[in-house]
Amino acid sequence: MNSIIHPLLIIIWKDILLEIRSKDTIISVLVFGALLAIVFNFALNINPRQISEIAAGIIWVSFAFSAILIMNRTFVREQEQGSLDGLLLSPISRDVIFLSKVLVSFLFMITIEAILLPLFAAMLNINNFSWILLATMVLTTLGFATVGTLFSFMAVKTRSREIMLPVLFFPIILPVIIGAIEASRGSFGIGYEPSWNRWLPLIAIFDALFLVICPWIFSYLVEE
Amino acid sequence: MNSSVIPLKILKIIMAKHNSGTAISIQGLKKSFGANPVIWDLNLELKWGKFLALFGTNGSGKTTLLKILASQIQADSGQIIISGYDQAKNPRAIRRNIGVVGHQHYLYDDLTCAENLQFYGRLYNLSQISKRINSVLSRVDLEQYSGWKVRSLSHGMQKRLALGRAILHEPAILLLDEPEGGLDQRSLGILHDISSEWTSSMRSIIMTTHNHDLGNRWSDNIGILSNGILRTD
Repeated sequence: MNSIIHPLLIIIWKDILLEIRSKDTIISVLVFGALLAIVFNFALNINPRQISEIAAGIIWVSFAFSAILIMNRTFVREQEQGSLDGLLLSPISRDVIFLSKVLVSFLFMITIEAILLPLFAAMLNINNFSWILLATMVLTTLGFATVGTLFSFMAVKTRSREIMLPVLFFPIILPVIIGAIEASRGSFGIGYEPSWNRWLPLIAIFDALFLVICPWIFSYLVEE
Repeated sequence: MNSSVIPLKILKIIMAKHNSGTAISIQGLKKSFGANPVIWDLNLELKWGKFLALFGTNGSGKTTLLKILASQIQADSGQIIISGYDQAKNPRAIRRNIGVVGHQHYLYDDLTCAENLQFYGRLYNLSQISKRINSVLSRVDLEQYSGWKVRSLSHGMQKRLALGRAILHEPAILLLDEPEGGLDQRSLGILHDISSEWTSSMRSIIMTTHNHDLGNRWSDNIGILSNGILRTD
């Protein structure tokens, strides 16, 4: 177990340290997320009755686009500096490399979401939060990070990586986004039947599937 | 120059374990990229303590061969035994036993020299990391740049640090892909000192180079890769 946890923590520490030094992901994604909130607020001119219908959609679409920006950077720094080969040359399992990247992306995304959520809440006049929303955010973000890390690795090897990632990512993650919107709708909306007990297990099942399949595909792609 | 007591001890354990005088054994190696064959039925035996210089024109497959040995890319067919380990069955054990200097330095620009070495040292689960880092930085003459970020080093210094990264875990085999490129005479001297230390302590080196003079002077054996076939002396 130590042969997994130890290198996992080392890679996560390195990625967080690099982000603290360069600040090239978190700040730009925060600005992008805030701009999305402002654009949606003015473009849709939402009245209080509509909020319960569309707030969850606006928030999750914004989080998904912000996630894309984070995942675009997941392997770019490694690729640009050739340090991905350095990682692959070290005597650690490919699964550990993959899972460390998933966890780093997850940490960055959940941080961004935690900062953006109050902003969206203020703009959309949402004031009822619950543990369901927190659970939805954690499970959905884990799905984003797992699928996104795999496709980020695939995209970084292509010439048009910025386009490839969303094209690969959204079709696969769509059920999770729909689940997240439906699960959080009950959280924001007045008069909505709470449907989290249907949608949260679905997101969890997708996460579990992704967490089994994606590391295996990553290991195969790395060897090829 | 640092003592080579620990590497010799490690090497004796490896050699006793595998009862082999061969550091690298390659049989019938083939590799193509699409329809283009790059390496065709390559056979090679490198003994412990030997230095093999590989020559060949651009595109002759030198880098591909080193990448296959480093398990960075997979061969289409053939058997590779490194330090007694079959690459197909135990690539992680092989990765622990090799140090690679490639065309890229495999370092993080925003980390300092010491932090880069610390990162790789921890990945290799090395003991006494601080002591090793100081020793390696001293060997590649970067002791006074320990706290400098990699991005602020010159190209030659980055290459020396890349060499330091490759020898940090005291690997039994060094794979050097044109390591002399961009190095001044002093840095070449450091590279030569380290390679001499490696072979004198019965560890082995494969180095690709376009510098025939340097390759002939430093190596024990010479190989020429041409049309996917390796000819050795």
